[in-house]
Amino acid sequence: MYGLGILKGMWVTLTHFIDSYVEDIKWLGRNRYFSKEGIQHRRSKDTKGIFTVQYPEEKLPVPEEFRFVPFLIYDVDADGNKQDRCTSCGICAKVCPPQCIWIVRTEDPVTKRPVPEPVDFFIDVDICMNCGYCAEYCPFDAIKMDHDYEMASFDRHAEHIFNKEKLSKPAGYYAGIRPTNFNREETLKAEEAAKKAAAAAAKAAAAAAKPADAAAGNPPATPAQ
Amino acid sequence: MTEATTTAAPVEKHELETRFPDAVKAEARPGYTGFLVETSKLTEVATALRDEMGYDYLSSVTAVDYYSDAPNAENFIEVVYHFYKSTGGGALEIKVQTPRENSTVPSLTPLYPGADFQEREAYDLYGVNFEGHPDQRRILMWEGFAGYPMRKDWKEAYFEEEVKPFKNRWPEGQVYRIEDRNPFNKNNKYPQGFDPVGFKETDDPKLYEVLERAAREYSEDIDTEQVVVNLGPQHPSTHGVFRMAVRLDGETIVALKPVMGYLHRNHEKIGERNTWTMNMPFTDRLDYLSSMSNNFGYALAVEKLMGDKAAPPERAEYLRVIMAELTRISNHLWAVGFLLNDLGAFFTPSLYAIQERELILDIFEATTGSRMMCNYFRFGGVARDLPEGIYGKIKDLVFERLPRKIDELDIYLSENELVRSRSEGVGVITPEEAIAFSTAGPVLRASGVPYDIRRADPYSIYDRFKFEVTVRQHGDVYDRYMIRLDEMRQSLDILKQAITDLPGGAAGGEVMNGKNPYQVRVPAGESYGRVEGPKGELGYYIVSNGKGNPARYHVRAPSFINLTVLEKMCVGQKVADVVVNLGSIDIVLGEVDR
Repeated sequence: MYGLGILKGMWVTLTHFIDSYVEDIKWLGRNRYFSKEGIQHRRSKDTKGIFTVQYPEEKLPVPEEFRFVPFLIYDVDADGNKQDRCTSCGICAKVCPPQCIWIVRTEDPVTKRPVPEPVDFFIDVDICMNCGYCAEYCPFDAIKMDHDYEMASFDRHAEHIFNKEKLSKPAGYYAGIRPTNFNREETLKAEEAAKKAAAAAAKAAAAAAKPADAAAGNPPATPAQ
Repeated sequence: MTEATTTAAPVEKHELETRFPDAVKAEARPGYTGFLVETSKLTEVATALRDEMGYDYLSSVTAVDYYSDAPNAENFIEVVYHFYKSTGGGALEIKVQTPRENSTVPSLTPLYPGADFQEREAYDLYGVNFEGHPDQRRILMWEGFAGYPMRKDWKEAYFEEEVKPFKNRWPEGQVYRIEDRNPFNKNNKYPQGFDPVGFKETDDPKLYEVLERAAREYSEDIDTEQVVVNLGPQHPSTHGVFRMAVRLDGETIVALKPVMGYLHRNHEKIGERNTWTMNMPFTDRLDYLSSMSNNFGYALAVEKLMGDKAAPPERAEYLRVIMAELTRISNHLWAVGFLLNDLGAFFTPSLYAIQERELILDIFEATTGSRMMCNYFRFGGVARDLPEGIYGKIKDLVFERLPRKIDELDIYLSENELVRSRSEGVGVITPEEAIAFSTAGPVLRASGVPYDIRRADPYSIYDRFKFEVTVRQHGDVYDRYMIRLDEMRQSLDILKQAITDLPGGAAGGEVMNGKNPYQVRVPAGESYGRVEGPKGELGYYIVSNGKGNPARYHVRAPSFINLTVLEKMCVGQKVADVVVNLGSIDIVLGEVDR
């Protein structure tokens, strides 16, 4: 029958319209808007009715893996000194697809040999395509992708080439935005350190045993892995 | 992957070789497959392929520049053709070689009209002259563009370096913006003897001439004057920067030519400067509505060359399929929603479709870190495992919400009188035309050709899943809409199986074969990896010379090639139907322009 299809379509729209009020009534007493719980519900499989998020008053929480421009991590030691994790090995600059990373390497003034610490570190955030390769391939966990996606400014020429100072953030900040990643990396590091210590201990033991073995005419023991 | 094994098998002469003993030679270069064909015999060989051997589907035409600045080195341009049977099976690849100076190759457009745009692209970017091409104009560049940008010896203004990583990034680390070196107005090259004062435009006169030529065959009883109208490039219904020059007789389309190339993304040129790994995030940007499928095709192409050392673990294969099928659903939701937008229904249907798409994007964001530019696939696996809670979320969506919502779209739209009267019988493409014009994906299947690469030439683990290749018979806009609904339902079927069978389930497991190195070495050779993307056959033709960067990186973009058939769809219809026809092809300009 002519018109039935239109009525059906209108019916779908009408149910959506009614649903938004029904949902509001169901949520009476709880906050459907401007609350974490409400936003979570509006993006779940059960959502009905209005699903719009009123940015910037409301913000969608970003998942842990969310990536926006990179930042550099520094650790703070017992004396309160900042210690860059970055050793200026250059892998991030080598793997960066749009080539937006520039690293200025430190040179030892006497020997002219490179020092594992960057003098400066630039990222042109206008070019950055947020692919996350720098963070993925950094062997020192020194560069990670940020969650802070609000970086509009009035003058991109003045403000959008981030230098080392602007890029550096403490390890605590990283632990805050990416807790599971941080914990995984820390356990890995601890394991490796333990392994290294064990290997060093084994080596020391072997070194101590060696003269004795040699004196006894025994073949040298295979070094510990 | 089967091709790699056939080269190692004992030499049994192919039918093509026995038929054309003088003109056809099997490929002898290591890592290469297919046949080298004598340039003068190309048409003859192609005719035999089409009419006698059943290779009726010319999927991809592209050129490769084998250039060396070493003295006495062999320099030539090679045109590469990939033929398939529309009944399924692997590729038959043939190549012709032509000198770099005055390169000329016979055009295959009379045999395979689908080669039209691809040959124009090869002419535009490589300067290969296709003899017998009815409309050989530049397609992505403007007519006054100096040189052929994809040739290896063509250097752009402010040329930086041949390959990445650039030296000034590391270890010198001098920071500057490219535009600081690029004073205004001087970042362009002009043809020799170019005079800006006396410059006369050449593009549009040529275009209108072609339109007029096409219109000559059209005759009406009433003596009327035809007018040329430009639709686009900045029009909401042209899905980005896209222009259609149409010649109208009253309201009837007499001739139509798409004009593209406003984006200037240099995807392929950049792709050849990038290392292998660097190209992965660039593929996301090809078709930003289905970035996971784009990743998939490129990963397959490179893995094919790398062999067993890049074979992904089981869980990664499943994750790939899950992501690719979710992408298909989100893409089709978008396409269906926007088709209604093109019909003039403004935004209500699109919004309902977008709502579901957002839920899928939430999954992508949590898994990969980005909603649209996922950059998720790696050679030998995927970047990371599903985070906590996402397995359940996918399950909820696939088993509960999405089937319901797709049904809702169906109820809402399929029987709607307005949708039906505007789309039934509009833009009809017969199965023969669909194959001849090399259309792919929903456009091909809506015309009644049951060709789906997931079944016809299975890749990854698609042979393990039960699903149907859906077909519709009328080949009109309505069927192209319906086929997308059907495909979404089939995708849900695949997803249901993949989620249930996912090794490791919600707990997780191995998703990468060995380490994930920041630089891969790809053995010398060529490969063509193709997937059934949401918009059709998405293929990557890559040539490696064993170095860290691809020597040739070509994308067989479904949006671009499906546009070849647009004129055929529109001629004889009303001007209002053009927009719907274009919407039913479902293009993304990033992929058209590259």
